[in-house]
Amino acid sequence: MSEQGLEQRNQRTVRKLVLGAIAMFGFAFAMVPIYDVLCDITGLNGKTSSTAADGVVELDEDRLITVQFVTVASEGMPWDFKPQVRSVKVHPGEITQVNFTVRNPADSTIIGQAIPSVTPGLAAPHLLKTQCFCFNNQTLAAGGEAEMPMIFYLDPALPKHINTITLSYTMFDVTERVMANEDKLAAR
Amino acid sequence: MTAVAAHTDHHDDHHHAPHGLKRWLFSTNHKDIGTLYLWFSFAMFMVGGLMALVIRAELMYPGLQVVDPEFFNQMTTVHGLVMVFGAVMPATVGLANWMIPLMIGAPDMALPRMNNWSFWILPFAFTILISSVLMSAFGEGNPSAPNFGWTFYAPLSTKYGPASTDLFILSVHMMGISSIMGAINVIVTVLNMRAPGMTMMKMPLFVWTWLITAFLLVAVMPVLAGAVTMMLTDRHFGTSFFNAAGGGDPVLFQHIFWFFGHPEVYIMILPSFGIVSAIIPTFARKHLFGYASMVYATASIALLSFVVWAHHMFTVGMPLAGTLFFMYMTMLISVPTGVKVFNWVATMWRGSLTFELPMKWALAFVVLFTCGGLSGLMLAMTPVDFQYHDTYFVVAHFHYVLVSGAIFSIFAAAYYWLPKWSGVMPNKFLGELHFWNSLLSVNLLFFPMHFVGLAGMPRRYADYALQFADYNYWVSIGAFWFGLSQLIFVLVCVLCAMKKGEKAPAAPWEGAEGLEWTVPSPAPFHTFDTPPVVK
Repeated sequence: MSEQGLEQRNQRTVRKLVLGAIAMFGFAFAMVPIYDVLCDITGLNGKTSSTAADGVVELDEDRLITVQFVTVASEGMPWDFKPQVRSVKVHPGEITQVNFTVRNPADSTIIGQAIPSVTPGLAAPHLLKTQCFCFNNQTLAAGGEAEMPMIFYLDPALPKHINTITLSYTMFDVTERVMANEDKLAAR
Repeated sequence: MTAVAAHTDHHDDHHHAPHGLKRWLFSTNHKDIGTLYLWFSFAMFMVGGLMALVIRAELMYPGLQVVDPEFFNQMTTVHGLVMVFGAVMPATVGLANWMIPLMIGAPDMALPRMNNWSFWILPFAFTILISSVLMSAFGEGNPSAPNFGWTFYAPLSTKYGPASTDLFILSVHMMGISSIMGAINVIVTVLNMRAPGMTMMKMPLFVWTWLITAFLLVAVMPVLAGAVTMMLTDRHFGTSFFNAAGGGDPVLFQHIFWFFGHPEVYIMILPSFGIVSAIIPTFARKHLFGYASMVYATASIALLSFVVWAHHMFTVGMPLAGTLFFMYMTMLISVPTGVKVFNWVATMWRGSLTFELPMKWALAFVVLFTCGGLSGLMLAMTPVDFQYHDTYFVVAHFHYVLVSGAIFSIFAAAYYWLPKWSGVMPNKFLGELHFWNSLLSVNLLFFPMHFVGLAGMPRRYADYALQFADYNYWVSIGAFWFGLSQLIFVLVCVLCAMKKGEKAPAAPWEGAEGLEWTVPSPAPFHTFDTPPVVK
């Protein structure tokens, strides 16, 4: 076993291992889109789609599903945020509108972003919205109030064992984040 | 291991070898670097232990007497970080550095200069981490050290983390680089530098377990690096990996962290399996039972460790399909682990047993690690984990496997190989004192935690409900007793380092086999410059 032969074999092994380490570092970042894709496909993280559905679907009159609404203002977000009704009973396929009220009691303009979450997770891909305040940021001036509509339907493929769905919205304060982005765009 | 023709080295021809500070700062010698790692890990064990004593001092009585809850959280966090990354991991790396070249008949590690850097990164990484604790305790304004648990979940660590979190991230990056380089070194050495005749299936099990550990390290330490980088960008560069407001997901953090975190705990225990597999055959004067199955079991454990991570996340809202999968996989891991335990017992069956100190530690390991494994099996079952999660039951489990498991095996290794490292036998009286005090106190310290955990005491809390008071009192007594017992070991090591003790022969343990026992004690600076022939 020659000295240089050993050194060459060592270098080759080192190169493979370093590449492996770098690949695993990349894999950590790849896990982010993988996670999103898997959650999208399976609906397992309770996230609903962030784009409007087309609303074309058949009505299933035999099933009646209770959809409950929960609203939370995130820590440090002063808005009052409530649904006008706490729950509705709908048939799959039936297009329903629910209104949410928000009020900004602070003395400055605040931009909010509502993030939805659905329980049970398996119901999430079947809760489709044609219009939702959660698709965009909502800006409220100091003391301002608004009524925000959300139009949704349940797709008839909703698993048969699910009869109650809870849709929870958390309202986050994204004023700084949006301002920072706008500054960046203006600076270009 | 078959008979071997050894070539003892001449250690008089090193008049030009460096001495003093230069020797240690610039060392490329696997023995010196191993020594550096071991002393460093021992110091970190003391530092982490001090933090544990602050925790136990506070928890000794109900109410808040010693520290405020914010500082308490910093203690639990840094205690975990220091013990995992500063005590256990560097100790096993130190053992690998010292023993692997000796065991395979290689003159040194494959990459001796990178080896030096792997070590010297660590004191800097830990200075950064521990300085944040000192600042918190004594600095102006008491800025908080990391306080979010060693598992640093987002958004607690990202949005709500103190300023020292960024130092923590830097520190973790440095430790990670050190581990990855060390692991690469081990793999290259073991794959390419074995003495002629030493096939893979003739290697000592300690070398096998470290080879597999090294692959785990190369695979998952970069994932940890990714996780802390994402933390950094979420904190300072406008990303939203874990921030729901920006479309991210806190649960994603847990997945990424535990994808690293679970293999990490196997990284901490696999070398211990190797140590025990070296010691038990020696003192049973019988070959290891089922060598091949031990190798396959270790490899299976390593492979399975990649598909069980979400058992740390059973309560996070995962659907049934997910929890079932992870429950079954986790229970499956107990099978190859059980194989190993049975093989150790079978090795002792009809062996000619004596109970010198290394054997005592190794046997304590087998029994107590198995206890920890049993509580782990309980935690593996999702519906009951809903009760045990984040209680002291979990704390009891991982301390049984890490303290009376990993740490005891490191003590076993030290008592076993100190004659080779220092040339003198460790002081027997002090060693026995150390062993018995540690054995009794470790059980007083951790066993009651099972009960208070089952009764509902949450973990990472600075205080607790009154009904947990009695057990916590005794746990704290156990903690101080265990801490004091380790001072005995300081004495043992210092005496060996000063060469005060009975002179050790090349092979002090009668039943021991392996190339390391064919070189003199203490091992010469250079060994196996000419490779031995292994039949």
